[in-house]
Amino acid sequence: MAGIVGYGSYVPRYRITVEEIAKQWGKDAVSIKNGLLVNEKTVPGMDEDTITISVQAAKYAVQRAGIDPKEIGAVYIGSESHPYAVKPSGTILIDALGIGPDVHVSDFEFACKAGTEAMYVAYSHVKAGNMDYAMGIGADTSQGAPGDALEFTASAGGSAFIMGKEHVVAEIEHTYSYTSDTADFWRREGRMYPKHGGRFTGEPAYFRHVVSAGQGMMEQAGMKAEDFSYAVFHMPNGKFPLRAGKRLGFTKKQIEPGWIVPWIGNTYSGASPTGLSATLDVAKPGDRILVVSFGSGAGSDAFVFRVTDEIEKIRNLAPGFKSMMDDHKIYLTYGEYAKFRGKIQLND
Amino acid sequence: MIVPRYTREIPQRYRLEAGKCKKCGYLAFPPRVVCPECGNRRFVTVRLKPAGTILTYTVIHVAEDNFAAETPFAVGVVETDDGARLTAQIVDCKPEEIEIGKRVNLILRRIRKEGHAGILQYGYKAVLQR
Ligand SMILES: [Zn+2]
Repeated sequence: MAGIVGYGSYVPRYRITVEEIAKQWGKDAVSIKNGLLVNEKTVPGMDEDTITISVQAAKYAVQRAGIDPKEIGAVYIGSESHPYAVKPSGTILIDALGIGPDVHVSDFEFACKAGTEAMYVAYSHVKAGNMDYAMGIGADTSQGAPGDALEFTASAGGSAFIMGKEHVVAEIEHTYSYTSDTADFWRREGRMYPKHGGRFTGEPAYFRHVVSAGQGMMEQAGMKAEDFSYAVFHMPNGKFPLRAGKRLGFTKKQIEPGWIVPWIGNTYSGASPTGLSATLDVAKPGDRILVVSFGSGAGSDAFVFRVTDEIEKIRNLAPGFKSMMDDHKIYLTYGEYAKFRGKIQLND
Repeated sequence: MIVPRYTREIPQRYRLEAGKCKKCGYLAFPPRVVCPECGNRRFVTVRLKPAGTILTYTVIHVAEDNFAAETPFAVGVVETDDGARLTAQIVDCKPEEIEIGKRVNLILRRIRKEGHAGILQYGYKAVLQR
């Protein structure tokens, strides 16, 4: 059965706390932290972007898969912050890893669910027998407008998954998608920052799609929440995934290993894939994991994974996510953060 | 136009591809046409190990426009574990954390942006092993 044969994640070392951002705008940090259940977020270094983050995550995925990168037949990067408007991020990644040139490459975009889209298409190629291996990546370096609520959460990071049929560490047993025209969050061509529908982003957008996709997936699979060891729901903040999980019958314990948003923020296309990666770091053979992404616009992709014995062999071949999340952090002031993110106009 | 030269250098910039002399084993990085040790012209392409040791470094406080926002930053000479030497920016740390002899990994980062409309250039930089 087709599934994941290698996975890897990367988040930058830099962080900014909710306190530091709140201080800048005269807002109350305690009420924001309680409202969002977010403490701090990652910030990309001045030389980091979706491409460099994807490359590092992909290198770790290849390390774990133990395959020759030349065997990878397709590479898809999902992001809403591709560094070029025209020129695919994937072209740089394949040359950095030594994949191809006989490889199919494309960049995907669907707000925060571009990463699971990339994974879904990569998986479909392998399942159909088009190729032995395909890689799907979700990564972002997203921005919230200065002073906007999104500034507290929009962060940077990503994860890569190599799909294959041999030595599978997590089989994909079922997939399901749920999509509609819902304008909860968007960015027009040429604009630096996105716009969003405030409260409209909650019930009619995130919850409708995540809960419907979760229900649809479990109905199709004939499974209940108790059948899963773990679940990962897209995490634009700390509160939404816990609430969506509760509605679907999941406990906080099932969600916790992949609930990384309080310490890294919302990595957009990287969010649910990185939650899955953090969960694979602790999962045991036989465990089932439900993953439901969400992308504004709007849609959700759902997957049922079953972890195999192979996981024990590859887990320690690349850095685990927890150490990346917790160790050697470099905290920025708001001024440094504004410089890092290009929010200051330089005289160049 | 920087693009043709940049494209030519992708194997060394992205993948640390070096030339290993078929006669005496000298490791040329960047790759060369003639071996400086034995004069041989035949090389085999190898990928350097992406890890090494800091031989020396300096901290840049005043930089040209393209790098002005990044100051202060460190540039060091790194000897890779297979014995090649290269110059790279040392990032993701405070300059005072850097010491000669410390171990580093070589990773891909954006090296520079060619103005506001030109290409983005990527290549290797060093980060401390932690
Ligand atoms: Zn020689």
